[in-house]
Amino acid sequence: MTSNKKDPVLVVLQLSGGNDYLNTVIPYTDSGYWDARPGVHIPEGDIIDLDGRLGLHPSMGVINGMYGQGNVAIVHGIGYANSIRSHFRSMDIWHTCEPDRVGTEGWLGLAARDIDPHKENVVTTVSIGPSMFRAVSLPGVPVACVDSLDSYGLLTGISDTQRRSTILDRFTQMYSPAIGTDLAMEYLGETGLEAMAGADILKAAPQMYSSSVEYGDTMVARKLKDIAQIHLANLGTRIFYCDYGSFDSHANQLGMHANLWTDVNRAVGDFFADLKEHDAADNVVMLLFSEFGRRVRDNGSGTDHGSAGVAFVIGDRVKGGQYGEYPSTKAEDLEQGDLVPSLDFRGFYSTVLEDWLGLDAKPIVKGTFEKPAFL
Amino acid sequence: MASENIALMAHLMRRAGFGATREELETRAAKGYEATVEELLNPESQDGSDRLEFFRYHPGYRRPITSPGMGSAAWLHDLVSTGRVLEEKMVLFWHHVFATGTGKVDHYHELIIQIDMFREKGMGDYRELLLALAKNPAMIFWLDNCDNHSYAVNENWGRELLELFSMGVGNYTEDDVRECSRAFTGWTLSPMIPRQAYGRFDWEFEFQEEDHDDGEKTFLGHTGNLDGNDIIDIVCSQPATANFVARHLYNFFVADEPQVPSWQDTPPNDPEAVDMLAKAFVDSNYDMRSVLRVLFMSDFFKNARFAKIKSPAEVVVGTLRMVGGYEFPVPGIGERSKQAGYMGQDLLNPPSVEGWHTGVEWINSGSLMKRINFCADMVGDVSRPGIQSIVGRIREKGALGPEQLVDTCLDLMGPMEVIPENRQLLVDHATEFGQLRWETEQDVSNSSEKIGELLQLVVSLREYLYA
Repeated sequence: MTSNKKDPVLVVLQLSGGNDYLNTVIPYTDSGYWDARPGVHIPEGDIIDLDGRLGLHPSMGVINGMYGQGNVAIVHGIGYANSIRSHFRSMDIWHTCEPDRVGTEGWLGLAARDIDPHKENVVTTVSIGPSMFRAVSLPGVPVACVDSLDSYGLLTGISDTQRRSTILDRFTQMYSPAIGTDLAMEYLGETGLEAMAGADILKAAPQMYSSSVEYGDTMVARKLKDIAQIHLANLGTRIFYCDYGSFDSHANQLGMHANLWTDVNRAVGDFFADLKEHDAADNVVMLLFSEFGRRVRDNGSGTDHGSAGVAFVIGDRVKGGQYGEYPSTKAEDLEQGDLVPSLDFRGFYSTVLEDWLGLDAKPIVKGTFEKPAFL
Repeated sequence: MASENIALMAHLMRRAGFGATREELETRAAKGYEATVEELLNPESQDGSDRLEFFRYHPGYRRPITSPGMGSAAWLHDLVSTGRVLEEKMVLFWHHVFATGTGKVDHYHELIIQIDMFREKGMGDYRELLLALAKNPAMIFWLDNCDNHSYAVNENWGRELLELFSMGVGNYTEDDVRECSRAFTGWTLSPMIPRQAYGRFDWEFEFQEEDHDDGEKTFLGHTGNLDGNDIIDIVCSQPATANFVARHLYNFFVADEPQVPSWQDTPPNDPEAVDMLAKAFVDSNYDMRSVLRVLFMSDFFKNARFAKIKSPAEVVVGTLRMVGGYEFPVPGIGERSKQAGYMGQDLLNPPSVEGWHTGVEWINSGSLMKRINFCADMVGDVSRPGIQSIVGRIREKGALGPEQLVDTCLDLMGPMEVIPENRQLLVDHATEFGQLRWETEQDVSNSSEKIGELLQLVVSLREYLYA
């Protein structure tokens, strides 16, 4: 059965390490910014003005262009109450929507289970990178974890195709369910079978791909190019997850932060140009987020772990603009020197889950939260 | 009875080392378990790895550039060639706990100095080790203590010292983090010359008194003009620290625990074992060697066979040691030292200061493929001395039926324990081989290839993921 309606696809680009909100969307008309950032600020003349009040980092020209076309939502002051300053714990909270206990079920793992409850497609979710993200992890939900699309396959060292095929048959049997094994063995068995099935499907993607877009030679460009190839191969993948970083700019922030955004800015632009060239951009929405923003006051050469941050949502179907309030930078309004989040990330997720993926957000984010209307 | 001794010795050597050949297991089993534990605990009696020999053949890996696999090449050579296996395993242990990465440090030579420090101090006094860590330039740079000033406190090192290196979350307040960080102001490195355009400089620890905050501080109930030495003394006196280190040892050497961030809320799988290790830690005044002795001699250790999923480093080092021929610094080191990274553990480049998530989290469809492909490629090369030795032992047994052939392979690759269904699959596969013949050179070559193919299936088994 074929359908002309394209299923919505979500791409998450996680900015790992804690992206500095204040130097990404810069409140340059606020004297509080200049007071708090004697060492780590963007010169006013370099800032890309958004609305006469806020401006983007100078490395974000392409994203600014997409914003001008109404395809970028900037979501202000995102975070959660009593923000944790530990990278790992905070990232876990973003991945599991569990701020009060250690959760193990990823929010997109739960989403994938709702999208494909009978596991009809082992590549419904594709995680790009050497290790899988907790956000997409849920026992019983297959995720194709692709480090590099070009060399993906099992027992590729056995060159005799007939021997390899016999051995792969045995492999399939060896990883099939068996009586009397424990949960870990079951997980390993499922993972082995999914690896087999996923490799068979994904090996088609690079062979079908051709494009006039030349991506940059950066890790984030390679990851987004792999995602573009899989998306363009129409394999039914609905959730893509990747990351870039580290944005953990305790020291020498200015150069490091500019380099990171230069890479992200170009890769995101190339990715959407690639999809547009193949008329495959209109069902894709990309999220960019970080586990927290950074401290308001700089430490001389960098910034320490903070609280509220900024998220971006990019795509043709996004209602561009700014959502939520930029948190106050006034000393009396800060909490332990940090911006107080004005929007719970679980509301932001709820918009994506309900108004893009068409799922019921409440059981996934565990509650009802204010939804910014960017979709 | 003899095979039970071999099985227990194989377990000890997988955990306290990186596995051992059947020849080594037989020699060690003849000496006895306790004698072997003592030998492992006293590495001075064994030969270490020859770093200078490695550099003689691979001069490009001395002071390596920041490029994948470059930094860990010399260390991989140590891991594969040293006779002091427990000493080297402890280096890997501390690298898991005190995870420091080139992603930020961008100076492999300094990271290797940190690794060498773990070798020197990793089996000794934990308090001394923490102090050396606090003064280690790679760590100072990694956690920004060089930007921790009396006039502008940087909390990165102060926080992670408490959260990840000693006590664990939930045992201190945000105020303690602040005061701890103040105590380490002025603990910096020199020279602080920017790398561009001068190249990389060797770093030295330096205490800058004028940048040290010598005001009064209150840390975990202790008040005074505290400095970093006092902080480490106070940290070591906390029961939380003994428990935290004990749980790390249990997770690394005995059986997989939940991931570190959940330890605050999730009790250990075997609380009595962790208590026993923590007590040994306190009783011995933080002597790692004494804790390890208690661990390896305990029943909970001896009974924990195949209760851990091998880390990628263990897979790579164990496989290279098993197939043999890599004790000498042969070509191809660059590709070998990237392998663990492909499986999700790029040595000297952990994903974050939290280190790697372990246990089943090592395994996803991508990393599983990388792991199986590597092992299968290695054991499938029957010209390797370690595989030749396995083939030789099988050949010595004379005419074997398919079941005996499979059981012999499983024995020589472990001894391994596999579920009956998987053993049957291997037997089905071996049955297709027909009788192995050894009369002519062609027979020997064919039979060796078949054994290699069977070993490829063995290393693809779910059971082989465990140590």
